[in-house]
Amino acid sequence: MRQVAIYGKGGIGKSTTTQNLNAGLGEMGKKIMIVGCDPKADSTRLILGGLAQDTVLDTLREEGDDIDLDQVLKEGFSHIRCVESGGPEPGVGCAGRGIITSIGLLERLGAYTEDLDYVFYDVLGDVVCGGFAMPIREGKAREIYIVCSGEMMALYAANNISKGIRKYANTGGVRLGGLICNSRNVDGEAELVSAVAKELGTQMIHFVPRDNMVQRAEINKKTVIEFEPLCGQADQYRTLAKKIDENQMFVIPTPLSQEKLETLLMEHGLVA
Amino acid sequence: MMDIKEAILSNYKAKVFKSRKDHILDLASGQSAISANSRAVPGIMTNRGCCYAGCKGVVVGPLKDACVITHGPIGCGFYSWGTRRNKARSDDYGRNFIQYCLSTDMQEPDIVFGGEKKLRQAITEAVTLFKPEHIMICSTCPVGLIGDDIHAVASWAEKEFGVKCLAFSCEGYKGVSQSGGHHIANNGLMKKLIGSDDISPIGRFPVNLLGEYNIGGDGWETERILKKIGYDVVCVFTGDSTAKAIEKSHRAHLNLVQCHRSINYVAEMMNKAFGIHWLKVNFVGLKATVKSLKDIAQFFGDSDLIARTDEVIEQELDAIKEEMDLLTERLNGRKAAIFVGGSRSHHYQELLKDLGVETVLAGYEFAHRDDYEGRKVIGEIKEDADSKNIESLIVEPDKRYKAILSEARYQELKETIDLENYQGMIKDMENGAFVVDDLNHYETIEFIRFLKPDVFFSGIKDKFVIQKAGVLSRQLHSYDYSGPYSGFNGAVIFGRDLLMGLKAPAWRMITPPWAVNDPPNNPEAYRDLKAPEGSQALESRESLANIKPIESDLSSEAQHA
Repeated sequence: MRQVAIYGKGGIGKSTTTQNLNAGLGEMGKKIMIVGCDPKADSTRLILGGLAQDTVLDTLREEGDDIDLDQVLKEGFSHIRCVESGGPEPGVGCAGRGIITSIGLLERLGAYTEDLDYVFYDVLGDVVCGGFAMPIREGKAREIYIVCSGEMMALYAANNISKGIRKYANTGGVRLGGLICNSRNVDGEAELVSAVAKELGTQMIHFVPRDNMVQRAEINKKTVIEFEPLCGQADQYRTLAKKIDENQMFVIPTPLSQEKLETLLMEHGLVA
Repeated sequence: MMDIKEAILSNYKAKVFKSRKDHILDLASGQSAISANSRAVPGIMTNRGCCYAGCKGVVVGPLKDACVITHGPIGCGFYSWGTRRNKARSDDYGRNFIQYCLSTDMQEPDIVFGGEKKLRQAITEAVTLFKPEHIMICSTCPVGLIGDDIHAVASWAEKEFGVKCLAFSCEGYKGVSQSGGHHIANNGLMKKLIGSDDISPIGRFPVNLLGEYNIGGDGWETERILKKIGYDVVCVFTGDSTAKAIEKSHRAHLNLVQCHRSINYVAEMMNKAFGIHWLKVNFVGLKATVKSLKDIAQFFGDSDLIARTDEVIEQELDAIKEEMDLLTERLNGRKAAIFVGGSRSHHYQELLKDLGVETVLAGYEFAHRDDYEGRKVIGEIKEDADSKNIESLIVEPDKRYKAILSEARYQELKETIDLENYQGMIKDMENGAFVVDDLNHYETIEFIRFLKPDVFFSGIKDKFVIQKAGVLSRQLHSYDYSGPYSGFNGAVIFGRDLLMGLKAPAWRMITPPWAVNDPPNNPEAYRDLKAPEGSQALESRESLANIKPIESDLSSEAQHA
């Protein structure tokens, strides 16, 4: 069982990319579970065809300790199992603690079955506190992909996340598998992301071009592969899935200094 | 030649040495400045409490007419439930909640989703069950971490139920000890209670007794004496007291400050806001009590009151003279060490002196430099990040401010009774004694080895460490279920308890099984160790070193093994 965590700047397309590439892995016959680690609980809506999920934490709150796995685990497209941690509404409580609680509970409920090929964690935004690092701690995700674009803040976030990975790499054994470029049509985007990836000691595993098909599929609450299986964008996600499935390059990242990062951006014409 | 301080510090690594050396004063060496109210060194298991303990446990907890709700997981509430012996009698309308422990019992979902809802529910239940006029919310650590807005909940409760609701952000991790919690509690009382009742009648010679938490009934003994003389004790902060009494406390003329550390903020703020003077008193010890009573009478300057004071003092001293003489005769020449909170280590030296007992070591758990060296050093104390983190209220004169004394009279009293001042503990200590801030178990054992005190006054956290070293330990936080120890009658009870302990030296007669074959851990061995050459170590008055360890089955088994 490969446990994979997807990180990246907020709004960069982590959930969309995760679900689309999982649809690709699903087509390949892989058995997958997606654990949404965002209090908004919208990490699995494309696989499930809508927000149909009771979150682990809501169920815990309402049912006490008496929870069955099937209350919180639903199967969607290609038999992908979907779980949403959930969490508090913005401004109250502790979402980070929620993720720790939720993953602990999933383990005790036996969600991590032997037959699974993949568990994907779709984690909110940046690693803001210990709770959001939970998926990369001991015994959880061993490989991480960072979704980014050629925009400065996205790369800045990728670099920060790499610092978090390095911290846990020595104790938890977690490794960086690569950057996924979710294109924003920025000039020289692929070159810039590749350059940053190289500095981090990793690779740009795939360049996902921007395509309105993604929007259309999303409005229909489907992944591109399910919504328009024959389109070019569906093949892009299939390629990403294949590359991740075959990936052999797992590294402890070497985060860039602020100056180095800015120099790289300047070289690629981003900073005036 | 290595002195005692050096010998004890020599076992520390450089970094710890550097920190601890300024917390230990050898008064014989002429040192007088001490380091205090700073972070404990990591790795040293400090005896200190937490901010919540200072706020809820010490200052707010004893108010009997308020429902005090601990917002947090159940442990903090449970372990602060009835553990401080702040006694309280049911008052005339029967509203005494002192036996109760109210907690929101936060659980994991409350941490994740926020605990405000549960807090509202707890307040609703408290109001329904007890119909209090005052509710206090005390925060524990997780509440601060997840950011529950307890102050908003308090405002809600006031509107919803027409009660007064005080919220204290006294999360345990704040500050370096419980001292921050005292300050936070003081601020809350000043902001919301003090000065809100201008109607209830106030008697002649009105005083407040500050920093008296009625441990073992101390406050009752002190109040008895004050009332006998003719004072109106408007409010006690906060032993056997009520939030209602605090509301009218701004109308007293004099604040009597017993525990300087925990309540001096209120004394200072009431002075600025209402013009009430404060006087450092000490009702522990006969001479100290007599001096305090005379000073208070001087403040009011009424000739009848002064005469009545002398009369009461004479009556009270006469009544206990015979037993005090006997106790003093039997206790005279003993040596004591004291390590308590923020003022008791000073107060009890006075009582011990009355009984002929010399204090060879005294220390505070959470005091600031002014408690050691006097308020004159307050200007020199450098604020650090920890102290800045605790809110300090800026108080302006209230519209009800009135000068109680003429300027000339004030200046005269400043001279004679040292109004609005505390000169600290060190001033009253004999040369040759040690002063130790934030003492730890290692240092306790070492000082016992070198100074050989007959009794070590401390608390539950080190009582058994001391007794395992073969030395009597009496708790001065809780009085080991005895008391009161204050005033005239209290002095006798204290003397009896001390004599009883010293005459039953049980701890010296036991060799625990684990120490039989291990001389360094054997308390018997401690007594035979010689103090370092040239030290001021004091020979214990009677040697019990000849007493053989009791042969028990366990110890013989251990020998075979």
